[in-house]
Amino acid sequence: MIEFSLAEIAQALASREISSVELTGLYLDRIARHNPQLNAFITVNAERSLAQARAADDRLARGDAQVLTGIPIAHKDIFCARDWLTTCGSKMLGNFVSPYDAAVISRFHEAGAVLLGKTNMDEFAMGSSTETSFYGPTANPWALDRVPGGSSGGSAAAVAARLAPAATGTDTGGSIRQPAALCNLSGMKPTYGVISRYGMIAFASSLDQAGPLARSAADCALLLNCMAGFDERDSTSLDRPREDFSRELTAAASSRPLAGLRIGLPEQFFGDGCSPEVMQLVEAAIAEYRNLGAETVAVSLPSMQLSVAAYYVIAPAEASSNLARFDGVRYGYRAPAYDDLTDMYCKSRAQGFGAEVKRRILIGTYVLSHGYYDAYYLQAQRIRRLIASDFAEAFRQCEVIIGPTSPSTAFRLGEKAADPVQMYLSDIYTIAVNLAGLPGISIPCGFAAGLPAGLQLIGNYFTEARLLNVAHRYQQATDWHLQCPAGHA
Amino acid sequence: MAPSRGCGGKNFYDTLYGSLVYHLSDFVTMSLTLEQVHRIAHLARIEVDEAEARRTLGQLNEIFSLIETMQAVDTQGVEPMAHAQELAQRLRPDCVTENDQLALRAAFQAIAPEAEAGLYLVPKVIE
Repeated sequence: MIEFSLAEIAQALASREISSVELTGLYLDRIARHNPQLNAFITVNAERSLAQARAADDRLARGDAQVLTGIPIAHKDIFCARDWLTTCGSKMLGNFVSPYDAAVISRFHEAGAVLLGKTNMDEFAMGSSTETSFYGPTANPWALDRVPGGSSGGSAAAVAARLAPAATGTDTGGSIRQPAALCNLSGMKPTYGVISRYGMIAFASSLDQAGPLARSAADCALLLNCMAGFDERDSTSLDRPREDFSRELTAAASSRPLAGLRIGLPEQFFGDGCSPEVMQLVEAAIAEYRNLGAETVAVSLPSMQLSVAAYYVIAPAEASSNLARFDGVRYGYRAPAYDDLTDMYCKSRAQGFGAEVKRRILIGTYVLSHGYYDAYYLQAQRIRRLIASDFAEAFRQCEVIIGPTSPSTAFRLGEKAADPVQMYLSDIYTIAVNLAGLPGISIPCGFAAGLPAGLQLIGNYFTEARLLNVAHRYQQATDWHLQCPAGHA
Repeated sequence: MAPSRGCGGKNFYDTLYGSLVYHLSDFVTMSLTLEQVHRIAHLARIEVDEAEARRTLGQLNEIFSLIETMQAVDTQGVEPMAHAQELAQRLRPDCVTENDQLALRAAFQAIAPEAEAGLYLVPKVIE
């Protein structure tokens, strides 16, 4: 059962082969056994999850179930869920029991999915390893001494270890795609504006976007069908007609299903920055795509090298503004002792935030301060425009861009924790996609020394269904995505 | 930092401190000072002690040397991009959307560090 696709689980629930209570109990049991080593979940509430599962079973019995009804889903602890502790990986929100549901949570509730638990993450999603969490690092199920990636590392570790059939994440600079790559999962960041950010704790609002982490592109499509849609409560939510993101997946399999597809290979993705063992796997995946009928064309993203620098101005600037709300007044942590109001702010924030979050708030405060705004913030926004223009030019020559997701496989816990710049550079292949607001997906493409590597597929705006199909056809021809870490089968 | 470029026509320290006194070496090192770290931390309302400020200073300077690579690019005439989608701000009617306001207030204040009679309590601001 734990190797079933979401569609197969839905089938098993619909045919009453298994109940949602049984299924939820099975996963709660796996969490109880494996989470102590992995630390993938911050909060689990068996009683509440099982109550939801019972309601789902009633709905299944009534015959008004949807495809996700009764399926347990783990949610990144960045999504507010009513009456659930919602920490965002921070001491600042260590006592924050949300009074309301995020749009993403509401949509899963309406679909009848079971909230299986809240997963670990880098504090306020600031990190690429899940090591900045106040609740301790998450281990990678493929090698317990290595990071699962981040910031959605808890969600990735949970799905990879089969502690949940699927999970949600958020991606501001690669936080879904990079952990997907490091944990052998499929993870998609949709076009900016496709999924509502309402109730998703803000990091960098012009870049943040939610998405699914799952064991296949087909599973991602079903999750995206639930998550996507207009929401008037998010001022950047896009009012577009509903679409079925799995619509292309049902076409009959053939030997050359991608005939006519033009894949762009940007020279900047294939330079020195990537480890040779990851590059070898990416090249093999490209060869597989040629077998499937696709042709490849060289493209260039000349401004991409500047994406990390521009990102570390724009994201901290937006974060310093967004995180100003955490002041110890209306919710969250308040220091136990202080002199006056300003001192209460300063001490509450000093004690409530971790080192990485403070660093980014300070960077953001500085680049937005009087006299530096033009040199840093405006310059970064101009470079953001150049990066988006590069992609627009590339998509005149191809339909999908392919390259590595991350320059290496999972690194060791602690290896980069003391060196922020090294950690930032590990997102070199993912950040430009957020700056441009494009959709991207990472899918498994093989193993180096027993550790998974990810292939990144980037599409033009609103081409999620196409991207998912391009990923799906590769997964029909390969079995990398079906591999399960030892001890978790 | 890059005081010679685009700092609104003012020099490095003038803009941050309003001071007219600076030394040539400040331009050569192009890095933050400990005083600036304290100043930024105060603007951000984050208390930092001396040891933390020193540690932070080194890390921020490394990060800014990465950020500075941006300055090599000529972006004259490039329109700044604030957002991924060119959107107009949606407006909504200015009316009450939540009906049970007292219950909502109670729910939201139940998680406040200190609240009383529907009010959030903070240290006395006006004597």
